[in-house]
Amino acid sequence: MAKEKDKVSEKLKKKDRSLDRRAFINRGARLTLGLSLAAVGTAAAVNSGKEEYVWQIDPFKCTQCGRCATDCVLSPSAVKCVHAYDLCGYCDLCGGYFEPGVTDLGTAAEKQLCPAAAIERKFIEEPYFEYIIDEDLCIGCAICVKGCSSFGNGSLHLQIRHNICKNCNECAIARVCPSDAIIRVPASDPYIIKGDFTQNGEKQEEA
Amino acid sequence: MIKINAKTGILLLMVFTFLALNAQQRFPKPEFETGYEQPDTTTPEPRSAVLEWFDVVVLTGVLALAYFFIFRRRSRRGIMWLTVFTLLYFGFYRNGCICPIGSIQNVTLAIFDPTYKISITVLLFFLIPLVAALFHGRTFCAAACPLGAIQDLIVIRPMPVSSWVRKTLSFVPHVYLGLAVLFAATGTDFIICRYDPFVGIFRMDGPYTMIVLGIAFLLLGMFFGRPYCRVFCPYGVLLGWMSRFSKKHLTITPSECIQCKLCHDSCPYDAIEEPTDPKVRSESTVRSFMRKYMVFGLLIPVWIFIGGLAVSSAHVFLSKAHPDVYLAELLISRPELKADEENLDIQAFLESGKSMNQLVEEASVIRGKFETGGWFLGGYLGLVLGIMLMNQFVIRKRQDYEPHKGDCFSCGRCMDYCPVDRKF
Repeated sequence: MAKEKDKVSEKLKKKDRSLDRRAFINRGARLTLGLSLAAVGTAAAVNSGKEEYVWQIDPFKCTQCGRCATDCVLSPSAVKCVHAYDLCGYCDLCGGYFEPGVTDLGTAAEKQLCPAAAIERKFIEEPYFEYIIDEDLCIGCAICVKGCSSFGNGSLHLQIRHNICKNCNECAIARVCPSDAIIRVPASDPYIIKGDFTQNGEKQEEA
Repeated sequence: MIKINAKTGILLLMVFTFLALNAQQRFPKPEFETGYEQPDTTTPEPRSAVLEWFDVVVLTGVLALAYFFIFRRRSRRGIMWLTVFTLLYFGFYRNGCICPIGSIQNVTLAIFDPTYKISITVLLFFLIPLVAALFHGRTFCAAACPLGAIQDLIVIRPMPVSSWVRKTLSFVPHVYLGLAVLFAATGTDFIICRYDPFVGIFRMDGPYTMIVLGIAFLLLGMFFGRPYCRVFCPYGVLLGWMSRFSKKHLTITPSECIQCKLCHDSCPYDAIEEPTDPKVRSESTVRSFMRKYMVFGLLIPVWIFIGGLAVSSAHVFLSKAHPDVYLAELLISRPELKADEENLDIQAFLESGKSMNQLVEEASVIRGKFETGGWFLGGYLGLVLGIMLMNQFVIRKRQDYEPHKGDCFSCGRCMDYCPVDRKF
């Protein structure tokens, strides 16, 4: 401290007063700004977590409104339909695959719900069929999700795919989601995949 | 789309009944006899946290290099290559998210909303460039900002802009910053990110409006250097404060200025101030300037009050940006819309089981926040305006051409143009 004082007094002798006053004001302002930065930083740090966060859809809140397909900043959307196979009934007449009221269960395009033909229907054994989502084609419109939830087990549901998602600072879909189903989740646990029904019950109760 | 909408009503009903009955699986999982193996649901991992920390390291590294190039090497070329690197790395590779400009909102929300968790890397992205600016000026703008980089590299034919236009426009970033903080603090919206003009270009994808806005900014930027930085950037306001009082700042000349004016013409951002004319400083002008300075200084509280009153009385309008307030207003003014099955927001609200009273109560709480926030925002804007007016009557003594410490982006073009002690 003594050294600094010496320095200051030396400067006083050398330079004219106005310059020194300016330096003093500058130093004071710098200190004030530095302290306020520290204060803002601390106030925010109180609410900080070590985790990184990513966006995800809570399938239990989702109402399949279709905005995921239209409001993502990417085209096609980073939201895709995923298939929770644990939950699937492997139905022949799949509510997520077929237009309602089809009689003849073929794979012709006009019989399919999916506007992008992103669902592949594969015969396993009588009378069961497996349904696989081609994520490159899927646009995240949730039409199949709605069909599956209405008529089937709800094994098809939407998820944000993190290999595509840009993790925008504010998710453009979250802003318009009518049911606030898009939430921030820790990056270490970035998916909410539906389990089987008993598990779901527990999960929902926990939430 | 029409097709979807027509089906919505029927399907919604069915979803409802389903939700009510979903205690059990409708179709139990079959027991396969052919040895079918059920595939796993894939879950591609997000970008790893290590890489987020790596970004912080890159940011710090770029700022350190910028310091080296400006203060040790006095090299415009070095800064330019850093700009190119930033454009490629933070721009086209990292796609512009997260950037310090947007992080203002994360920090604000973290302070005002205890449930919002901000990650340390985002906080560091907010703080590091500001601390750097406190020590050596706005080197972040020159070297480490992807938005600055893309604009800096396309300045072809900058036109000089008269000082009163610049001074008037320099008020806009304060408004933008104030609104961004107000909207973030009330949990309404992140407007900085929403209206980021270049993120669509970095991603080579994005909504039509975003791309058009980006191209418009780039076209303008060819003739008016860095339009976003100078007329809009809210982070630039904070950096400007820091830089104004920075410990060190870029100097145009390595030794004595010879008043050749080359630097003044080289600066595309009109950030170099001319030497003051000693003739202006006659005793009578000094006295009249002093008087005006004092008068405008005393007027500042008036501006603050007027600003606060004006913005807070606009809180009803401003709060409409919040979706809950908007919805509540819509349902009160047009209750018949409840029957509109195509209005997704209203239908989702009705399904949520929330009562109208609850919604209105929440909305009025948010509106109250806007009213209080409006006083702060308006007061702040009044203060800024007051100081700007007062500063018109500050007499500065400048013998040489000097960069304006608050406005200079430290791009280093002037250093390159200064003929003093130049190696040939």
